[in-house]
Amino acid sequence: MQHIKVTVDGTTYHKEVEPRTLLVHFLREDLGRVGTVVGCDTSNCGACTVLVDAVSVKSCSMLAVQADGSEITTIQGVSDGNDWHPVQSAFKECHGLQCGYCTPGMVMSSIDLLNENPNPTEAEIREGLEGNLCRCTGYHNIVKSVQRAAELMEGAKS
Amino acid sequence: MTDVVDTGTALGRPIKRKEDARLLHGQTNWTDNIQLPGTVHMAILRSPFAHAKITHLDVSGALAMPNVVAAFGAAELGDLNSSVPCVWPVTDDMVAPDFPALAKDTVHHVGDCVAVVLATDAVSAVDALEAMSVDYEPLQAVVNMESAISPGSTLVHEDKGTNTCYVYNLGGGYDEKVKEADVVVKRRFINQRLIPAFMEPRSVVAAPMGMSDEITMWTSTQIPHILRLLIALVTGIPENNLRVIAPDVGGGFGGKLQIYREEILVAQLARKLGRPVKWTETRSEDMVATHHGRDQIQDIEIAAKSDGTLVGLKVDLKANMGAYLQIITPGVPLLGMFMYPGIYKMDAYDFQCTGVFTNTTPTDAYRGAGRPESTYAIERIMDELAAELGMEPMELRRKNWIKHEEFPYTTIAGLTYDTGNYELATARALELFDYEGLRTEQKSRRDSGDRVQLGIGISTFTEMCGLAPSRTLGALKYVAGGWEHCTVRVLPTGKVEVITGTSPHGQGHETAWSQIASSILGIPVEDIEVVHSDTGRAPYGMDTYGSRSLAVGGQAIKAASERLVDKARVIAAHQLECSPEDLDYVNGVFQVKGDPEKAQPLGAVAFEAFTAHNLPDGVEPTLSAEATIDPQDFSYPHGTHLAAMEVDTETGKVTLRKYVCVDDVGVQVNPMIVEGQVHGGVAQGIAQALYEGASYDEDGQPQNANLSTYLIPSAPDLPSFITDTTCTPSTTNPLGTKGVGEAGAIASTPAIMNGIVDAIRHLGVNDVLMPATPMTVWKTIQAAKGGK
Amino acid sequence: MIPVAFDYKKASSVQDALAALAAGGEDAKLMGGGQSLLPVLRLRLNAPSVVVDCSSIPEIKGIKDEGGKIVIGAGTTHHAVMNDPAVKSSLKVLADATASVADPQIRHRGTLGGALAHSDPRADQPPVALALDAEFTIAGATGQRTVAAADFFQGPFETAVGPDEILVSVAFPKLDGWGGHYEKFNRAAQAWSIVGVAATVRMEGGKIAEARIGLTNVGGTPHRASAVEQALVGASSIAEIEAASMHASDGLSPFADEDADVEYRLHLARVLTARSVAKAAGIS
Repeated sequence: MQHIKVTVDGTTYHKEVEPRTLLVHFLREDLGRVGTVVGCDTSNCGACTVLVDAVSVKSCSMLAVQADGSEITTIQGVSDGNDWHPVQSAFKECHGLQCGYCTPGMVMSSIDLLNENPNPTEAEIREGLEGNLCRCTGYHNIVKSVQRAAELMEGAKS
Repeated sequence: MTDVVDTGTALGRPIKRKEDARLLHGQTNWTDNIQLPGTVHMAILRSPFAHAKITHLDVSGALAMPNVVAAFGAAELGDLNSSVPCVWPVTDDMVAPDFPALAKDTVHHVGDCVAVVLATDAVSAVDALEAMSVDYEPLQAVVNMESAISPGSTLVHEDKGTNTCYVYNLGGGYDEKVKEADVVVKRRFINQRLIPAFMEPRSVVAAPMGMSDEITMWTSTQIPHILRLLIALVTGIPENNLRVIAPDVGGGFGGKLQIYREEILVAQLARKLGRPVKWTETRSEDMVATHHGRDQIQDIEIAAKSDGTLVGLKVDLKANMGAYLQIITPGVPLLGMFMYPGIYKMDAYDFQCTGVFTNTTPTDAYRGAGRPESTYAIERIMDELAAELGMEPMELRRKNWIKHEEFPYTTIAGLTYDTGNYELATARALELFDYEGLRTEQKSRRDSGDRVQLGIGISTFTEMCGLAPSRTLGALKYVAGGWEHCTVRVLPTGKVEVITGTSPHGQGHETAWSQIASSILGIPVEDIEVVHSDTGRAPYGMDTYGSRSLAVGGQAIKAASERLVDKARVIAAHQLECSPEDLDYVNGVFQVKGDPEKAQPLGAVAFEAFTAHNLPDGVEPTLSAEATIDPQDFSYPHGTHLAAMEVDTETGKVTLRKYVCVDDVGVQVNPMIVEGQVHGGVAQGIAQALYEGASYDEDGQPQNANLSTYLIPSAPDLPSFITDTTCTPSTTNPLGTKGVGEAGAIASTPAIMNGIVDAIRHLGVNDVLMPATPMTVWKTIQAAKGGK
Repeated sequence: MIPVAFDYKKASSVQDALAALAAGGEDAKLMGGGQSLLPVLRLRLNAPSVVVDCSSIPEIKGIKDEGGKIVIGAGTTHHAVMNDPAVKSSLKVLADATASVADPQIRHRGTLGGALAHSDPRADQPPVALALDAEFTIAGATGQRTVAAADFFQGPFETAVGPDEILVSVAFPKLDGWGGHYEKFNRAAQAWSIVGVAATVRMEGGKIAEARIGLTNVGGTPHRASAVEQALVGASSIAEIEAASMHASDGLSPFADEDADVEYRLHLARVLTARSVAKAAGIS
């Protein structure tokens, strides 16, 4: 077991973990942060995407011990309680989700995408979400959601 | 004017979904999130062989591993090793092999369950699998359907003496009628094997809790009600002691329309160990152990007059059952059986289907279940016939489809299509697509010998939805009905519960069902809670599959809501000292005609019904009403889908440039949800055409057993879609709705493939196998060139 | 799934990593960004005794412009490589190929050095390193040595980096003024390249004066299309580029898989080489 200290959604945790523990399992099972989900075992689906030190990472492809000293934001930390992050609002407004299982990862990837490119084209949005699979929406409304989120975030700035 | 209800407040509006708040904040209740005190985690030892004798199995090594509570092979499990049931024996002489949850002495496909271990944490359980001792004697695997049914083939199930599950026939008379035809076109189409690959892996938790002897089971399923019954039947757990809950479920597409061996094992072991048992599959397990879809060889023959008038159709189908029969495995091809004639008029139709066992993962329902296959075959061969006749493919369709004034129309397959307007949907689609403009561009690319050729793919489809009238299902030997239930309750606080028997997993029932109830009760959508997917809270239901939830379940909501208003009216009249006929019901308030100041809102009526201090004689306390509705017939959504396909003839790479679809799904409760369903369905159909396919090598080893080898399209692989709708209300249900869950997936595959063939037909190509990978397309072009 | 248990050592320096490797014996495994290794461990296809994590070694991170060459620390992430101004201007083909690797999340963690040392025959960056005559600096117990790209890639998942060594950096000669393009051909966005062609060319008076071509997934190691490079000199039209690119399949003996048989792979090598060169040269 190794000792790690991580901050997840604003709370700092001190935990002992086995080296083989994947970050996503640490979040779900050790911390009970079950908003982040597991969809595959080959790093394809992106459902487990979180922000580690402000950039998007597949939490199934990182060890919990590697997160020692990091600050992690999950879907449960992007907005407080009943508040809505503009990306969350846009996904609801544009019907960018159906079953919702890919949604935590889609939202986190979209936040990262918009952080890096606040005004993306449709092609840039599609490329930027390449690492996230959705089986319900055909991506049509997810793309619209990200476009809408970009507008909302731009509007919030001015 | 008696009942003035402002239905405009809810029905038909693109209301944002109630479900989204929890889904977008990570506050969802997936089964794998459930962690009860004392839970033991199950891990499964699965067969690495497609066909083998288990010559030795010793689970005791696992018991010595840390944190292990128990381990079982078939021998240790004994009587608790229940078999997986099939509820659709399609013929009297259908061959149904035993399908024990744990294989007894022979494994029949890669992924077959051999043993289980239970430990206090999931990691220990997986580690302990490696301490089990197992030896196999590999047997020859049967993978190819045609080899399987040829004489002398190795048998998947030695004791059954055959690999043929059943032979089913419908129709007759084609061979006589074909003599009148001028043209006959024959093709063999392959509808490849697909994997549902819903995003949420399956997960089950079962626990002895609640009242004495009760087992509560949470599972990621589409069918909590059917599952409760079947688990009770196969395990012997009394049905009244079993509660099944499908919490938030992350997609299904038919893949969770099942009773899985893992669900049986978890239920049995929770009972045996007297503590919560949990199992969550890995994606790699999912790819071999969740049922697959499609996998049919379609030999199809169409006969026509030289002017294009259809004479008849003959279909000879081979359908891969896989190694075992699951819940409706044998029936899936028969759901397609009725739909081969599509939207067309003809005089003869012969159908035969042979169900075949192979050493592969069992097949069963996958989005459309039988109907995508039949639609693919008829829409593809209509294009082939048009090419043979030298006719414009849309013109051939127009000549043969049922005209809008001919509805209701009984097809050659015996179904009566209630309504539709193919002309209208097609006209709208052609306009949105710029059909003529693209045909012009296609010609100029052909003329110039452009490296990139353009093709136009057409699919004018219909499907049967709203499964189904119970009598019809009975006639087809399906061992259940097709009804749906709803109870509507107004609580003393005025809040409303709509208790439905449907079980959503992404479809937005909580929102749409609220809209239906709101439109009748006049209560705001926000004040209505839809209760579902819990046999403890919603005891009656037939669940969600086959695009049935709205067409059947919606009727029950409407009927129950209306009955509730009727009861409330009697109580309100008593309170307001008038006769029930003297009341208007406006936006949730009973008003005395001509004196709207004298009024009582529904919530107040509910409180009166609760206190029961002043009810009219003969009226029982509480305000609720229920309805159980058996549909009078199927519903028939239809639409016209058009795809512009670019084919790089130098590399074989195919690009979908433009996709237009105009669907007629009848009356829409929530157009935003309808459009979303169309997008997702279209994407899944495109995925079959271009990307997905599960194959096996000759030893029965799966070649696509994870998501890096089974290619699901991601966002850059698809364009945005152009969608629209037309509306001819269904007459088989009072809401006029038809169903939309499967439409896109049924329609889009042939549109894509017709577009690809159309792009390269001038090179001598008349079919391309799915998925149309770059190599497949390039090889097809090379072969056609070589053949000239 | 969950990996088999292993020990974990976070290396703080190259010396630290080498010591951990030596102590760990033959089942020790170096991890760069972990984006290839962790899925393999999850599927239990590999069970190392100890994982030596190199993702936090400062001395192997970062990109330095050293005049005639750009030196990229092995632990530099794909995301940093593709967005680096010097790489974008002087090594466009590397920036392009790197941007085509996997997806944004993986590019945030995965590293250039990790990908090159992993040497997956389908990977997108090895043909760039080969075509650009990159130089690999490898550290071992006895100090550092440099290896030319031509000697670095030795087979599928096999490189000049020994089991007790670590890749420190990769130096790319700057190609200022050269045109570059990476032509990736795959079945779907998430799929590996069926064939990929890295092309970089120097133009003089509208003609190709020099060209460097590397192909991926046409054999066990990346392939340098030297015959094409020679034949391209002087080419100024599509027809000439296509004719020269016919040599792209010279001497290849690719394998067959679900995506491509031998004939199709050879065909793609030729066609995609022509396309990549044409784009690099700005000739259409």
